[in-house]
Amino acid sequence: MNPSWPSIEFTVNGTAESVCVPPMKRLLDVLREDLNLTGTKEGCGEGECGSCSVRMNGELVNSCLVPALQAKGACIETVEMLAREGELNPLQKAFLARGGAQCGICTPGMLMAATHLLAQNPSPSIAEIREGLAGNLCRCTGFIRIFDSVIAAIAEGAGTSIRQEHNAR
Amino acid sequence: MSTSVKTRIVGSPVPRKEGADKLTGRARYVADIEREGMWHGATVRSSIARGLIRSINFSPEIDWGGFVVVTSADIPGKNHIQLIVADQPCLADGRVNHCEEAIVLLAHANQQRLRQGVAAVDIEYEPLPPVFTIEESERKDVIVWGEDNVLKSFLLEKGNVDEAWAGAAHIVEGEYRTGAQEHLYIENNGVIAEYSEADGVTVWGSLQCPYYVHKSLMAVFGLPEDKVRVIQTETGGAFGGKEDYPSVLGSHAALLAMKAGRPVRMIYDRMEDLAATPKRHPSRTRHRTAVDASGKLLAMEIDLTTDGGAYSTLSSTVLSRATLHSCGPYECPNVRVRSRALATNTVPYGAFRGFGAPQAIFAIERHMDEIAAAIGIDPIELRRRNFLKDGATTATQQVMREPVILDRLLDRALAESDYYARRAQFARENAKSAVKRGMGISAFFHGSGFTGSGERYLNSLAGVDVTRDGKVRVLVSSTEFGQGTNTILTQIAAEAIGLDISDVIMAPPDTRVVPNSGPTVASRTAMVVGRLIERASIQLVKMLNSDAGLTDEFTREEFFAACERLRTENAEVVSLCRYEPPPNIFWDDQKYRGEAYPAYAWSVQVAQVTVDTVTCSAEVEEFWAVQEVGRVLNPVLAGGQVEGGIAQGIGYALYEKVQWQGGRMMNNQMTNYIMPTAEDVPPIHAYFDEIPFGHGGFGAKGIGELPHDGPAPAILNAIRDATGASFYAIPLLPEDMLAKLASAFRLEEPATL
Repeated sequence: MNPSWPSIEFTVNGTAESVCVPPMKRLLDVLREDLNLTGTKEGCGEGECGSCSVRMNGELVNSCLVPALQAKGACIETVEMLAREGELNPLQKAFLARGGAQCGICTPGMLMAATHLLAQNPSPSIAEIREGLAGNLCRCTGFIRIFDSVIAAIAEGAGTSIRQEHNAR
Repeated sequence: MSTSVKTRIVGSPVPRKEGADKLTGRARYVADIEREGMWHGATVRSSIARGLIRSINFSPEIDWGGFVVVTSADIPGKNHIQLIVADQPCLADGRVNHCEEAIVLLAHANQQRLRQGVAAVDIEYEPLPPVFTIEESERKDVIVWGEDNVLKSFLLEKGNVDEAWAGAAHIVEGEYRTGAQEHLYIENNGVIAEYSEADGVTVWGSLQCPYYVHKSLMAVFGLPEDKVRVIQTETGGAFGGKEDYPSVLGSHAALLAMKAGRPVRMIYDRMEDLAATPKRHPSRTRHRTAVDASGKLLAMEIDLTTDGGAYSTLSSTVLSRATLHSCGPYECPNVRVRSRALATNTVPYGAFRGFGAPQAIFAIERHMDEIAAAIGIDPIELRRRNFLKDGATTATQQVMREPVILDRLLDRALAESDYYARRAQFARENAKSAVKRGMGISAFFHGSGFTGSGERYLNSLAGVDVTRDGKVRVLVSSTEFGQGTNTILTQIAAEAIGLDISDVIMAPPDTRVVPNSGPTVASRTAMVVGRLIERASIQLVKMLNSDAGLTDEFTREEFFAACERLRTENAEVVSLCRYEPPPNIFWDDQKYRGEAYPAYAWSVQVAQVTVDTVTCSAEVEEFWAVQEVGRVLNPVLAGGQVEGGIAQGIGYALYEKVQWQGGRMMNNQMTNYIMPTAEDVPPIHAYFDEIPFGHGGFGAKGIGELPHDGPAPAILNAIRDATGASFYAIPLLPEDMLAKLASAFRLEEPATL
């Protein structure tokens, strides 16, 4: 640890965290290396693939493009917060039942993008789902079963429950 | 034979076995694994395409004290990657044959220092003239590989082509080209390696074929089998791109680990992965075809050439599959296929979903539409008149003993897509619009499993065992990288034994634990390995019946109790089976004649496209795929394979262009190598017709590669239908369509072009 590094405080998945890291260290690496939250993945390192998507202060961001300092005081949500006490949430359940995940490497980012979409719009049209997920690349599924999963999750009430959680924060 | 038996688990949409781990972020990919004292490794690569290495200089501005440096001189065994031909060095020794060839390896505790180190190694070269294209290579002005630049060639002959031309009503010729395609798995190549005198080499990594890496490490380190261990970590996509390359990367990391005396991790970033790892072989295929007045094929002469890159790697087997798929699903009495893979000074091309078939099928399926246009018949009707049928013979004179239902697949595809009505509607509307729409088709087969005698040589071993805590484990080196291996193989074992899916788990994909069930490639897992698991499971039950008093009808508890009784006698409860070829399979590798594949999967695809004649952009609006892949083991996973393959095929046709300059990929970023996104992929409708295959796992044939074979020709055929303009090469981007569309629709070309 270098004494010139700032101490950065933020909230991750509801827990207050403090890290002492180079200020330009990528949020992605802070999550993975300093907080051991390895669910967030790196695919391209340049903000194209969306595998590192997390929510920061209610916005969907590519954590590979966010310097740690920018996250100071922020409220961050990652894939690790979706399942509660080991039980998959409705979105995760729908992805499991409908084949929304194959190799799984884009899945955490895709789930965060879908969560963000439903937090903004609890009943999106198919066109809105496509647009909402357009920043997240999946090479396995051809996206069709991802769309199906999101639609099925909405039918199970995921849109409303995610919206409520979002408003509660 | 179990194929028509009613099943409980096989055929049902059992959720992905490792799905919950992937959905919660718990799944451990190689980047998620830490080892005590682990350093990072990196590669110093060639900046030129071909030349001699004069010197390797380490800048005095860097303190090299904290680095571990490896060159070819540090290799304890053989300096080559063990695959088919031993021509590819593990590390360049005195010469380089392509840009990005690995020359020096570095390891350091700190990643930033490591990057500075890579930049501070200066290689001095004496450049030699390179060749970059099929045309340059075949001119042989410069010889870059062997005596004639030919990595491999095949000649396939049936009947007498030379005598057929005279009797032809029409002779139609065409030349078709396909470009390189990048796998673009979202997880880049990566491994962790450790070395100790006692245990030898251990490699963990994102890979498809643990035993390929195992074999290569044995050669590079000169170690016996039991001193090399390879473990697959959760793998974030592969598509063939992690078939052979992990042998290179695994060797590199292990060399660094041996010298450093500590674990070393090497994970490529996206730019390095795109620049330095294999892609789909570019191809050029020339067709000359004789047909009679009714459109019946009389003779096909095919010249198929692929660009193999700098070393032979898998080019011979890719070329073989291309050759065997080059005539399409048609019967023709006279055939001659000459094929060659040529060397160039680019990164070696490798395996990619379809493995040569997409290239060959693009050519024949575009050519069928050109033949139809030349003789003035409907392209659907032309195909129908020439389809292989039960009892017909292929170009290798393989007799179709299994049912061939191309007509049925075609009828379904036409009905589901409302093909003729939509074509007629578009023909009316197109006349009044700058946006033209059209329908296109492709029909094809994909051979399941290894070609010819391949499965015999592989001689795969797989099976099941039972753990002390009451789980049946599937023992295979067949890996999961998204396709569903874990799920379908546990389904098969649970079904065959009579247990629940939750009673069956996968053994870890670790060469110290699982036998060699062959590589996870060639659409062979469901059919070949699935069958081995089915047999091994049945064998286990029989063993328990005869040796442990298990009755014919049994409960779960009785089954595991019998397993424990067997364990007290045998110390272990394990059942392994070795591959047995289906009867009446004969293949002549010299004449290229006989049963090229034990089974074929069949498909008809229909694309609906729209072409904006002002912007010259083409989009796929809707897509239909009807396929017969034997028994569908899991409909959700099977549908996902088909849709994902089609999306990659759409990218291959319309989006994905590798830009080359001096043998180097210039667009090696996701920013400018463009794959289809959630907004680009059209609605895809997939339909299955099931004819169980008696020698596949519960009747399954291959599925993974098939869907990638057809989209490109179907899309370009649809563009022809929409615009009247024929295109012969993919990828087909707006700039590639501009000239033809401009002249067809009298557009002014922008002055700036």
